[in-house]
Amino acid sequence: MSSSGLIISALALPAFGACLIALTRRSPNVREGITLITGAALLFVVVQLFLAVSAGERPEASLITVVQGIDIAFAVEPLGMLFALVASGLWIVNSIYSIGYMRGNDEPRQTQFYVCFAIAIASTMGIAFSKNLFTLFLFYELLTLSTYPLVTHKGDENARRGGRIYLLILLSTSMLLLLPAIIATWAISGTVEFSVGGILAGKADGAVVGILLALYAFGIGKAALMPVHSWLPNAMVAPTPVSALLHAVAVVKAGVFSILKVVVYIFGIDFLSSSGQNQWLLYIAGATVILSSLIAMTKDNLKARLAYSTVSQLSYIVLGAALATSLGIVGGTMHIAMHAAGKITLFFCAGAIYTAAHKTEISDLSGLGRVMPFTFAAFFIGALSIIGLPPTGGLWSKWYLALGALEADQVIIVAVLMLSSLLNIAYLLPIPLKAFFGTPKKKQKTSPEIKEAPLACLIAIGITSLLCVVLFFFPGPVYDLASMIKLR
Amino acid sequence: MMQHLPALQVVLPLLGAVFCAFMPRGAWAGAIALAVSWIMPVISGLLLAQVLQTGVISYHVGGWPPPMGIEYRVDILSAFILMLVSVMGAILMPYARLSVAKEISARNQPYFYCMYLLCMTGLLGITITGDAFNVFVFLEVSSLSTYVLIALGRDRRGLLAAYQYLVIGSIGATLYVIGIGLLYSITGTLNLVDIASKLQTIGATAPVLIALGFLITGISLKLALFPLHVWLPNAYTYAPSVATIFLAGTATKVAVYLLLRIIFTVYGVGTTSDGTPLSDIFIVLSVLAMFGASIVACFQDNVKRMLAYSSVAQIGYITLGIAILNKTGLTGGISHLFNHAIMKAALFMVIGGIFYRIGSANIANLAGIGRRMPLTMAAFVVAGLSIIGAPGTAGFISKWYLVSGAMEKGWWWLGLLIVASSVLSVVYIGRVVEAAYFQTPNGEAEKATDMPASMLLPTLVLAAACIWFGFDTRLTADIAAQAASYLLGGAQ
Repeated sequence: MSSSGLIISALALPAFGACLIALTRRSPNVREGITLITGAALLFVVVQLFLAVSAGERPEASLITVVQGIDIAFAVEPLGMLFALVASGLWIVNSIYSIGYMRGNDEPRQTQFYVCFAIAIASTMGIAFSKNLFTLFLFYELLTLSTYPLVTHKGDENARRGGRIYLLILLSTSMLLLLPAIIATWAISGTVEFSVGGILAGKADGAVVGILLALYAFGIGKAALMPVHSWLPNAMVAPTPVSALLHAVAVVKAGVFSILKVVVYIFGIDFLSSSGQNQWLLYIAGATVILSSLIAMTKDNLKARLAYSTVSQLSYIVLGAALATSLGIVGGTMHIAMHAAGKITLFFCAGAIYTAAHKTEISDLSGLGRVMPFTFAAFFIGALSIIGLPPTGGLWSKWYLALGALEADQVIIVAVLMLSSLLNIAYLLPIPLKAFFGTPKKKQKTSPEIKEAPLACLIAIGITSLLCVVLFFFPGPVYDLASMIKLR
Repeated sequence: MMQHLPALQVVLPLLGAVFCAFMPRGAWAGAIALAVSWIMPVISGLLLAQVLQTGVISYHVGGWPPPMGIEYRVDILSAFILMLVSVMGAILMPYARLSVAKEISARNQPYFYCMYLLCMTGLLGITITGDAFNVFVFLEVSSLSTYVLIALGRDRRGLLAAYQYLVIGSIGATLYVIGIGLLYSITGTLNLVDIASKLQTIGATAPVLIALGFLITGISLKLALFPLHVWLPNAYTYAPSVATIFLAGTATKVAVYLLLRIIFTVYGVGTTSDGTPLSDIFIVLSVLAMFGASIVACFQDNVKRMLAYSSVAQIGYITLGIAILNKTGLTGGISHLFNHAIMKAALFMVIGGIFYRIGSANIANLAGIGRRMPLTMAAFVVAGLSIIGAPGTAGFISKWYLVSGAMEKGWWWLGLLIVASSVLSVVYIGRVVEAAYFQTPNGEAEKATDMPASMLLPTLVLAAACIWFGFDTRLTADIAAQAASYLLGGAQ
């Protein structure tokens, strides 16, 4: 198949899968089979693209000219390739997990769930491969809209409130800030195409660069930079598989990915660092890292704690972009993959605990590790990866981020990274430790019928926790892609 | 035959109206209206193709050459609007049969179709004629028939709404005709193009500008420019569904067309931008409409009324595009004229269908309707997204051009205001969507099903068009851009 055909099929496969899923709603087994087959086919296509990109090719595809000579067009470069690889790879794992979770909890409207999920993945592919800001924006909004039914899946008042906040914050930031930023970029430079070295150099000066950067940084609300982070904790009303893939991987990573992409291909790192406008973004991202870790410590609800941990970890990637140094970009890019593996494991475990024991609060988990040893062991590994300790992949991205900070002479950022790791230890590690070594509260004795979550969930947890470890020993492919990004 | 197409465009619906009036049964009249409505797009399509190929068509009614005789003049802009109006009619008529049968008493049905065709005649006539007084005649034809259309429903409040519109509409028409009278006394001609060339030598004297003031105020009443919109919410709310759809999709759009004609063709950009605060006034009023009417829309419990206020807000976008006074902005305004017609008609069709099923358009009665009428509500969601301006929908295209036009002028604040007001539409569209999908149905809604195929199909066609024109902009933005540069090039 031609390389442009591969790109189109990466988008069309999940979209087509969504239609088939809708058609087979009467027989759940066929329906889930289609989800898995679509996932496998998508991964196959994405891997083909990966091989092409590794070999130095840059596949492109163009669909239609929409406004003022701007096309809906796609181009695969290493940064987007990595994002697509992470999202499509984890989709399969997540689908396996979903089957266990959705059936284990007897969730209603499962067809709608799988359909929206597939559309969300299609939009994610669109974001990953977009060739210009216009295409990116199109799929960015589609991702917001297609995940709204997933967030409100429960359908009760709480879910509706969460969904309302989710939609309002994401739509209003993107329409109020991101869209004007894109149109302004077009007005200033006459193009919105992602180009090596940026398109704004020499066309905009100090204040304009600062304003544009602010519009992008806060307009891409999915990156959850404070103060536009509050949609993420609110989105936790969604079923856990949604929180796992979308709010730890696809949606939030679409945000930080877009920021990386804008910094590298719209501003250009040299132009940005020479303008000096990246300084304030560094401090805001640094503040987000620390503040949200502190908030995470106060949360007793497991998913809420993980959500704030995500907010904090996303800002690592924004930090990497704001450093505007080559090592910072490498670190930020690698963190997309490393954090994804770690955080999805943690969310899977949270969902497994909910499915098996119906517990959501951390203070209720004491002693649970003895009946669910596998889940909590996986949780431990995931936590290590988020902290950035060996033997997990999280170490590498933090390593390069710290190097990038040194490269930019930002010692204070190195200090932020160190402090944050300490905070991560403080809010993540006690959870598995208490589960294994704590004694259950008296009033709620661990009922004997609690056992591990359904097999499908355990398989998924096993895969992702293993992935965290594998990425420690073999970070090569991730590093290679990250270092292949052409910066200038 | 081909050279008489411009006349046919107006005469055919007029003849149809006459036949309809004598039909003993609504269904027969409906069949005539349907037949006429389906021939119309063929004629306007041929005209558009001809204009795109060979340029302006000038047709002399009765063989009398202008400026003495009446000239029908089809240029790129009028061909575009003719196309819009006639296609809306063609899509609406299949929908109309059941809705009219339900909402209008059997005795009145033939009159309804008669008035519909008369209104169509008026609107097409305004668009096609090149004679200022002839415009007034067609304006009255369309207005008078509109009053009847609004009043024909079973809802007695429609009578009051029609009366209110009658008073305001007559004031508007009077102001317009005073303006034309002034221009006639100054230039001695009624042909629009002729007036334009005479005005160039006369220059922007006080009487010329006073005439402009009368004309613009009169037309602004018809197009419901804030704060002259007071007739619109009542008229849209209490009129029969089919009448509302037709008016929302065509009537205000033709009024905007007339505004474009007067400002650009007759007066020319130079006159209207230099020395008059016209652009400033329009920008202020448009922005007020975008925000004021959207905010009011957020608090409406009757969805028809909510959409009516939304229309006032959306008309603000169109007039804003005119007021930006550059090619990009004007392209945005003209494409929004088209795009808004499609999406608002789709939304009103959905509400008309829901009314057909459950006999109410109140948001409280729409609870849970999303699961009972899945396709119908899907159309609402798509068209609603288009109103919001989500990328991938028609509404996004026009907003892109509007913001981009504002930024080209260096008006960053205006660009931000445009996007800020679209967030308000998220609120009012979102209210309906939430009610429809997240509440449990009660009462009539419980046993509702999707609307009948003859109503559903036209609705889905329009909803699909909202997405289609979000990607393929050859028919919308490209033609709008041509029309914009034609208008900005001044009168020819």
